[in-house]
Amino acid sequence: MSDLTELYQQVILDHNRRPRNRGRLPVANRVAHGDNPTCGDQCSVFLRMDGDRIAEINFDGQGCAISQASASLMTTQLKGKTAVEAQQLYDQFHRIVTTGEAPEEISDLAAFAGVHAFPARIKCATLGWHTALEAIRSPAVAPGTGGVGIP
Amino acid sequence: MFAGRDVRTDFPVLHQKVGAHPLVYLDNAATSHKPQVVIDAVSRFYERDNSNVHRGLHALSMRATDGYEAARARVARFINAASPAEIIFTRGTTESVNLVAQSWAAANLRRGDVILLTEMEHHSNMVPWQVAAERAGATLRYVPVVGDNAEHGLDLDALDRLLTPEVKLFAFTHISNTLGVITPAAELCRRARAVGAVTVVDAAQSIGHEPLDVQSLGCDFLAFSGHKMAGPTGIGVLYGRRALLDAMPPWQTGGGMISVVEFGSSRWKPSPERFEAGTPNVADAIGLHAAMDYLDGLGRPEISLHDHALAETAYAALAELPGIRLLGPAGRRAGLVSFALQDAHAHDVVTFADQDGVALRGGHHCNQPLMRKLGLPSSVRASFYVYNTPQEIDVLVRSLRRIIQFFRA
Repeated sequence: MSDLTELYQQVILDHNRRPRNRGRLPVANRVAHGDNPTCGDQCSVFLRMDGDRIAEINFDGQGCAISQASASLMTTQLKGKTAVEAQQLYDQFHRIVTTGEAPEEISDLAAFAGVHAFPARIKCATLGWHTALEAIRSPAVAPGTGGVGIP
Repeated sequence: MFAGRDVRTDFPVLHQKVGAHPLVYLDNAATSHKPQVVIDAVSRFYERDNSNVHRGLHALSMRATDGYEAARARVARFINAASPAEIIFTRGTTESVNLVAQSWAAANLRRGDVILLTEMEHHSNMVPWQVAAERAGATLRYVPVVGDNAEHGLDLDALDRLLTPEVKLFAFTHISNTLGVITPAAELCRRARAVGAVTVVDAAQSIGHEPLDVQSLGCDFLAFSGHKMAGPTGIGVLYGRRALLDAMPPWQTGGGMISVVEFGSSRWKPSPERFEAGTPNVADAIGLHAAMDYLDGLGRPEISLHDHALAETAYAALAELPGIRLLGPAGRRAGLVSFALQDAHAHDVVTFADQDGVALRGGHHCNQPLMRKLGLPSSVRASFYVYNTPQEIDVLVRSLRRIIQFFRA
């Protein structure tokens, strides 16, 4: 069970049980949907971009504890970041989940370091992030029009 | 145990540890393991007989041809086909269904026709028909599954309404890979025949587990894979009634399937060669032959009893777990059990169980529309075969209890 407690850290279990910023965001002006077709995990990310900055971010979706907790934690990390900063944060996160090595300054995301021992689960951890980056890149929509959530 | 013999010794792959735990392999509906006799048959072919079939006149080519055609005749005996000419080797169930969906449909399916399926079809017996229907301008209908957990199986009462003369083809699974439902295949074939519909039976989950006789089933086509019945991957079978096959155009063309080729045009060989363009998978056909011998050696009625008993034991034991939702019938079921846990997502369950050496499958099991209907994003499946034991079900249940505890804590 030791690897498993590495994988399912308290931070992850907490975010899985009580997801933050979950549900569609009526004021969103960017929306993207992502899924893992092999396992059926789904994720939608709703952004209100203020210029180049993420003013608000919500996610919705269904999936395993890793995917849900990762998306939830991500929303807490990305709020207030610029598009470039979001990409940088994802690059760091990707390094953490693929190598298991986490720099000290990003303590919360480091909870996902245990994922690296479970290669099949890396795509669960990154689903929310991929979807968020796609939302940032996507063309603007009128608030309220893109928030269809999970199809 | 079969006739007092421990069949686990026949399967070398079972004798390993996953981490610190002995392997408990419960993913047999995805693929089964291979007994040493099958592994040996494939190796022996490459070591002694390897050659291309049909066109060679030298000793090795004749041995390879004999082995390949003997495998075809063995399949015909295994499913009681009228003739080996009704047995076409393919890569697997998916390719077998695609063959019918392309060749038969091209010659027979017209605008306004209806293809009837069931809601519990595997994607491989659904998507090819979607494409065929779109190409022909035909439409699809589905026989519903009944019950919040699909516990009542197919809605046979709805058949009278669905199985109308516009239905040209009825394709259905013999055993649902997610629900464990065993369909009344002979009855479905009989009712389809009454309206003139051709039947396609997906036997991927039944062929290695139940006695099967295509003539008493009365089906027109039947598709299965070698790898789920103790045989190799990459080899499968399409059975088709001779009269239907002879009237079907080729679906792939090239060497091996022609009788005469001229620069302008060509003529086709009859079945089965017409449908086997190119060099076939000789080695794995020979491996499949060994697998069929092996299964008949154990006895298919005995295998069926063994698998059903394990599924029944598993169903009863799992039903005791808090927050579990079991899918499919509570009574008679094939050798697999699918479920969802309130406290843990399927993928978390599979990862946890794997740490205890238990191999499960979690996801939508290539049944996305069915899972959506049941309101489940995914489920966990434990599926059994000849080498599984009641003790392994105890290991599974202990592992699941730990998972529930962990996520509830």
